[in-house]
Amino acid sequence: MNRRDFLKNTARVIGGITLPLTAFKIINPRELLASTGDTEKVRWVFLVDTYKCVGCGMCVRACKLENEIPYDAKVTRTWVERYVITKDGKTHADSPMGARDGFTTSKIDLGIDGYEEIKNQDIDKGFFVPKLCNQCANPPCVQVCPVGATFQVPDGVVLVDRTWCIGCGYCIMACPYGVRFFHPVYHTAEKCTFCYHRITKGMKTACVDACPFGARQIGNLKDPNDPVTKVIMTERVGILKEEYGTKPQVYYLGLDREVK
Amino acid sequence: MKSHVYRPLWVTLGLIAIILIARFFYVPKDFGIGERGYMYGWHRKGDVEFWKNFKVKYRGSAYCKDCHSENYAKLMQSPHAIIPCEDCHSPAIDHPENPPKLQIQKGRELCLRCHYPLPYPTSGRANIPSIDPDKHNPGIECVSCHNPHNPLEGLK
Repeated sequence: MNRRDFLKNTARVIGGITLPLTAFKIINPRELLASTGDTEKVRWVFLVDTYKCVGCGMCVRACKLENEIPYDAKVTRTWVERYVITKDGKTHADSPMGARDGFTTSKIDLGIDGYEEIKNQDIDKGFFVPKLCNQCANPPCVQVCPVGATFQVPDGVVLVDRTWCIGCGYCIMACPYGVRFFHPVYHTAEKCTFCYHRITKGMKTACVDACPFGARQIGNLKDPNDPVTKVIMTERVGILKEEYGTKPQVYYLGLDREVK
Repeated sequence: MKSHVYRPLWVTLGLIAIILIARFFYVPKDFGIGERGYMYGWHRKGDVEFWKNFKVKYRGSAYCKDCHSENYAKLMQSPHAIIPCEDCHSPAIDHPENPPKLQIQKGRELCLRCHYPLPYPTSGRANIPSIDPDKHNPGIECVSCHNPHNPLEGLK
C-alpha cells in the first residue's frame, strides 16, 4: 500500500464511521431521561394506538365533563380527527365538535362548505387520530409567556395559572399543535393537563379511563417496567411535528404521513 | 446645579420606588424560578396545588360495582364489558349524594358512536357490528329492544 492509498482509505474509514452517527440521529426518548440529569422519579408520557381507536368520542365527552370545559362551546382540550384517504390520493379530514359526539355519519364535515359524501369503495385508508397536549420537553408555549403564568412541572406536565394569566394569547399562537384555547368562562389560556388532579392521585386521566378500546394510555417514562415505557422503547412509535424541535411526549402507534 | 434640574430625577426615583413597593406586595411570595429553570419554570408554586386539588368527577366502574352489582355482573359477561359505566351513565361525581340521580344517555346517537357503519380498512372501527340507522327501525330508541348491559341476550 502506498501513501496515497493509505491516506484515501483512512479518510474513507473516518468518514464512514462519523457520517451514519450524525446523519441518522433521530429523537430518542431515552435521551430525555439522561440529558436532564434531574432526580425526578416521574415523567408523564402518553401513548395513542390509532389502530384501536374507533372514533366513538367518549374520551372527548369525558374530558369536557371532568375538566369543566363548557359542553357546547366549540373548544376542547382533546379531540379526535378522522382521516379518510381515497383512491385518487386525496386526504379528507374532519373533527366535528372535536368528535364530542363521535362520528355518526360517513360524510366528511367541511365546515361552512357543508358535507362531502365519500363512497365506501373509494376508500384506501380510514382511521382516527386522538389529539391532546404533547407536554413537550421544550414547550414553546411556556417560553413565550410574558408573565410566568404557564410553566412546566418537573414531571413534565405544562400547566396554566388562571389567576396569573393576562389573556394575551401568545401561548395559543406559539403552540404548533393548536392544543391551547381561551376558556370561555375564565378568559384565560386553557390546555390539557394530563388530568393532573387524577394522575397525581394514582388514577389515570379521564380520557384513558373512558376509552373502551385501550387506544389511549398514560405512563411514566422513568419507570422501565411501565407498560407504556416498554412500548415506546421497543416498538415503532411516531410523534407529531418532530421538525419543530419541541420534543413532544405523546407517542403514536400507526401514525400516517397525512397526519399533521 | 439648580434644583429644577434635579426635580425630574426625584420624581423618577419616586416612581421607581412606588413600583418596587407595589411589586413587593402584589407578587405572591411563592413566585419564582422552579426546578425547570427560568425558561420553563418561572411561575407561582401554589398553582400546582390548585391543579392537584381539582375535583375528580369520573370515579371508574369500580366505584359502581358494590351497589349496582347485578348490572355490573351482567355487563362483565357481555361484549360491552369493555365500556366503563360512566361512558353511558355520566360521571358519578359524589353519587348518591351529589347527584342523587345520574343522567343516562339513552338516545340512538349514543349507540351509533360505535355502531354506525364506517368500514375503514385501517381502523378497529371496521370490526364492530353495525346497522344503517336510516333503515334499522328509525325513530325508535335502541334500548327499547336491545339490553345495553347484555346485547347478546336477545330482544326484549
